[in-house]
Amino acid sequence: MPHDDHDHPHALLPPEPALRVKALETILTRKGLIDPAALDEIIDTYQNKIGPQNGARVVVRAWTDPEFKQTLLQDATRVVAGLGYYGRQGEHMVVVENTPKQHNMVVCTLCSCYPWPLLGIPPSWYKSDAYRARAVREPRKVLAEFGVSLPVETSVRVWDSTAEIRYLVLPMRPEGTEGMSEDDLAALVTRDSMIGTGLPRVPS
Amino acid sequence: MTTCATHTAPEPVFAEPWHAHVFAMTVALNEAGRFDWPDWAARFSQTLKHNGLNRDLDGGDDYFVAWLETLEQFLAEQGAALPGDVESIRQAWEDAYLTTPHGHPVHLAETG
Repeated sequence: MPHDDHDHPHALLPPEPALRVKALETILTRKGLIDPAALDEIIDTYQNKIGPQNGARVVVRAWTDPEFKQTLLQDATRVVAGLGYYGRQGEHMVVVENTPKQHNMVVCTLCSCYPWPLLGIPPSWYKSDAYRARAVREPRKVLAEFGVSLPVETSVRVWDSTAEIRYLVLPMRPEGTEGMSEDDLAALVTRDSMIGTGLPRVPS
Repeated sequence: MTTCATHTAPEPVFAEPWHAHVFAMTVALNEAGRFDWPDWAARFSQTLKHNGLNRDLDGGDDYFVAWLETLEQFLAEQGAALPGDVESIRQAWEDAYLTTPHGHPVHLAETG
């Protein structure tokens, strides 16, 4: 329950896990193993600088530049690093292309591996047991719950991420977007369309 | 970019400040070479599996609780933060909150 009582005699006690985190931070800082300023920098990066807008840039470039798309599909790690999107954990990036024949969808059944540099921190549902268990077992049903229905002739392929390999879906460019600017195209590329649980927006 | 307007507001990257902090600490320790990321991921997935045996984890608070448990265990094994020390500093933080007047910044008593 929210608790914001200004008559409270003492500072609001954070939840128990928060105090354990503070304890770890205190101990590691005193030992010189971490630097609080570096933590703030990491948090700022993930909160404000890294997010699905990075992935959207890559998708739009692939939509508009066939040569870029070709190299992206062959060696995404190198190509996205060239754009300044590095995997901090040294992971490999693989881009999988949606086609009329095959729709791709990404999960991490083990934990929550995710292409951080391109999409930021995963949403809660991506980390939930329900999604992690069901994405592989019944992908079409999961897709339907996300509001995605695919033609029967389109097969669904599910990619299971690992600590070493992270996947990004390259969605199909929507019809009627010829001549649109890169910024306008990027606005069509949703986070979910790059996880494969959604499709790009259609221009109005 | 007006197409965004019809879209629901995105959920915050980190729902709670401590989620951000435990995440950042882990990334910092990995970058400082305290452990490899695949090793971390393997341990973390074990914790998730264990915690998910009796109930479905929703990927919110319970996800970061599992993350914290994994980090605590890892640091205990490495001797970087022993459970007894973590507990006494946690208690010290709790005391600091309970004895700091509301609205004032909370500091840990300097125990050295």
